Amino acid sequence: MIKFQNITKIYPPNTTALENVSFEIKPKEFVSIVGRSGAGKTTLLKLLLAEEKPTKGRIFFDGQDVLKIKPGNLPRLRRRIGAVFQDYKLLPSKTTYENIAYAMEVIGATDFQISRDVPEVLEIVGLSEKANNFPAELSGGEKQRAAIARALIHRPDIILADEPTGNLDPYHTSDIIQLLLKIQQLGTIVILATHNKEIINSLEKRVITLEQGKAIRDEEKGRFIL
Amino acid sequence: MLTLLKRIIRSGWLSFRRQGGLSVATIFIMIMVISLVTFLFLFQNITQFLISSLQEKVDISVYFKEEALEEEILKVKEELTQIPEVKEVKYVSQEQALAKFIQRHKESSVLMESLKEVGENPLLASLNISAREASQYARIANFLDDTLSPSLKNLIEKVDYYQRKSVIEKIFSLTAGINRGGILLIIILALVAILVVFNQVRLAIYSQREELTIQRLVGASNWFIRGPFLVQGAISGFLATLFCLLIFTLICWFFSPKLEILFPGLNLFGYFTGNFGIILLIQIFTGVGLGIVSSLIAIRRYLEI
Repeated sequence: MIKFQNITKIYPPNTTALENVSFEIKPKEFVSIVGRSGAGKTTLLKLLLAEEKPTKGRIFFDGQDVLKIKPGNLPRLRRRIGAVFQDYKLLPSKTTYENIAYAMEVIGATDFQISRDVPEVLEIVGLSEKANNFPAELSGGEKQRAAIARALIHRPDIILADEPTGNLDPYHTSDIIQLLLKIQQLGTIVILATHNKEIINSLEKRVITLEQGKAIRDEEKGRFIL
Repeated sequence: MLTLLKRIIRSGWLSFRRQGGLSVATIFIMIMVISLVTFLFLFQNITQFLISSLQEKVDISVYFKEEALEEEILKVKEELTQIPEVKEVKYVSQEQALAKFIQRHKESSVLMESLKEVGENPLLASLNISAREASQYARIANFLDDTLSPSLKNLIEKVDYYQRKSVIEKIFSLTAGINRGGILLIIILALVAILVVFNQVRLAIYSQREELTIQRLVGASNWFIRGPFLVQGAISGFLATLFCLLIFTLICWFFSPKLEILFPGLNLFGYFTGNFGIILLIQIFTGVGLGIVSSLIAIRRYLEI
């Protein structure tokens, strides 16, 4: 389903973020990408979203070369991906409800579907009370939960989660991880980038370890080893 | 499609409302620009009025000898009227010339005394000729010199074209200068106006560049991103147009009588109401058009992610 083929990413003038990274992800897989800060986890996710282009190598999504997708067709690719960004990337001028509804609006969901699903997802992530608040009025944890709600509301094929629990307390962390597992069981690929040791060790799922831009380990039931 | 349009309009309206300060600033800039364009339109009318009233004052006079009979003078008038360059020929008899002279100089006791001394009417009958263009006066003067039959030509005492030639040419070069200057001023100010609006819209969009990037990453199509900005631009332009119409109606209504004292015959308010449709179109085109086009150009660079 997803294939990274000899990916190298060099930021000018000469910072190598990824070096010759190759791996494949099959449908319905749950893959964790671990590594220290600056190991290249976020870059890897940005490349899949076509937010950035690799210096070398190719990325395939469902058999399609991501690099060859025309800018006008990129929205179609991105609608199949639900992304939880490290810096949340919530729309500052929209309320929590509107931010989540926006992901449904762009895929052309009806008003009925939006008014049915958004409150439900808000309830799941515990933000019903904050539906009409703007991102600036939310705490770090609440923003993170809003970002998660937005990423999964339109039932994408893949969920990219970059440090989705970084600002959450243990109670919410466990909830979110359970939610991601449940989504994966329903058939969605989940790619989780984190440096939370406990989460990785408790998951017992596939782990790709990055170190200084290189994939040094890829284990089926991996553990957090750095 | 309809749902998409509805969402775009709603989103544009929400953004317009929520970014109160920025929206007010944009409207304010647009009011200034639309006012400038409307002012230029009215200014063009005022200069045209001044130019034509100045041109109307220009004419040449053909003075006839005392012995010339009225029928003979009218015959010359008829011949002159045949020339295509001649706009109008007015006959002024000796009596009319005297009456005009007295009317004009009745306050001057010296002139009135001198007139009494002379005893009889010293003024000559004349034809006042207006041409359509300044350059045509020379041709009319040539006609009187060369083409007119000798019997009629002998009746002419003098043609004042040659004395007034330099003044006529000066007036016409001045009006042509005003015309050219006006057009140049309009072009320069219109360019400034376009740049000011474009810059304001660009700033407004620049402040939301992060939002544009996020929308792209969430999978919004270019039109779904552009649309609300265009709606916002159109709303600002429309509101600015309404304010401008109100401002100019009041200004024209208030200043029209005062301008009419300064330039008799110039009815600014009448011109404004008479051309209300065109003015409204110019304002809407300037406000809404500029708002939309500026938004389109300014957004383009943020949609490349």
